[in-house]
Amino acid sequence: MLELLRQPWPWYVAGPLIGLTVPALLLIGNKALGISSSLRHVCAACVPAGIPFLTYNWRAELWNLFFVLGIGIGGFIGYQLMGHADTIAISPETVRDLKAQMHLTDFSGLLPKELFALENLSNWKGWVFLVLGGFLVGFGTRYAGGCTSGHAISGLSNLQWVSLVAVIGFFVGGLLMTWVFYPMMF
Amino acid sequence: MKNLKYLVLGVLFGIVLTKSEVVSWWRIQEMFRFQSFHMYGIIGSAIVVGLISIQLIKRNRLKTINGEEITLADKKYNHGTWIGGTIFGLGWALTGACPGPMFAQLGSGVAGAAVLILAALAGTWTYSALREKLPM
Repeated sequence: MLELLRQPWPWYVAGPLIGLTVPALLLIGNKALGISSSLRHVCAACVPAGIPFLTYNWRAELWNLFFVLGIGIGGFIGYQLMGHADTIAISPETVRDLKAQMHLTDFSGLLPKELFALENLSNWKGWVFLVLGGFLVGFGTRYAGGCTSGHAISGLSNLQWVSLVAVIGFFVGGLLMTWVFYPMMF
Repeated sequence: MKNLKYLVLGVLFGIVLTKSEVVSWWRIQEMFRFQSFHMYGIIGSAIVVGLISIQLIKRNRLKTINGEEITLADKKYNHGTWIGGTIFGLGWALTGACPGPMFAQLGSGVAGAAVLILAALAGTWTYSALREKLPM
């Protein structure tokens, strides 16, 4: 049993558990699953700067920040305490393509160190992958009114066609980056 | 401490995201290259379970544990839905992380995740400041 918990969890275990978060949040407090809103609440709490969109009672949304803090703690428990593989077992085709197209050589860790290590902030890679990437996530999710949790999981579960439009947008952007912009960058 | 239950649920959510490697850039690349079913299986089965759960809640008019009415707000469309969605998609493929996984990555000990979160906050703040000038 312990060994099972330690292994990477298959999709048919993780997916349903993620799906159950939707009713769990509704049943414990009538809250809709959504994570990107936490970024707005932090901005509203720390740097509202008189911006109308950041001037609201963010304290009423404190639950969302607790949820996000929990995710951070969960990351610590799930990775550091429960153990992890040094190298994630992704498909051999992906390894082959990433080697050939992006010249990656070190496949250990959750993210490629060759792109995301802090030292990379001294060259273009760190600025594109860490800074520009993070910025686009924060800008795009709020502009779209949600992220993978709010639109893809929560929104589609509630049959919201708006969320379907958003999720198609997520994939159009992701495919453009992977298939068009990555080959231009490397 | 009425927010403690959300912290606990967040911990469980974070453990699932981490153990299923959703928080990994490699898994997101595999997804956008259509080279594994893993991420599609997770997102797909999460939606199916969420959908069934919401139907059960609606049909049985279930209330919260405190006896409150459960309300599900409809999402409203504007052009930001697809423009912002596409912008987020570009960032998702770059960082290999949506907002939830960024926090889990930070907890797991990835130092770069702190930069990702700060940059995401800057993105949200910039959107908030420019909001009235953007196509809606």
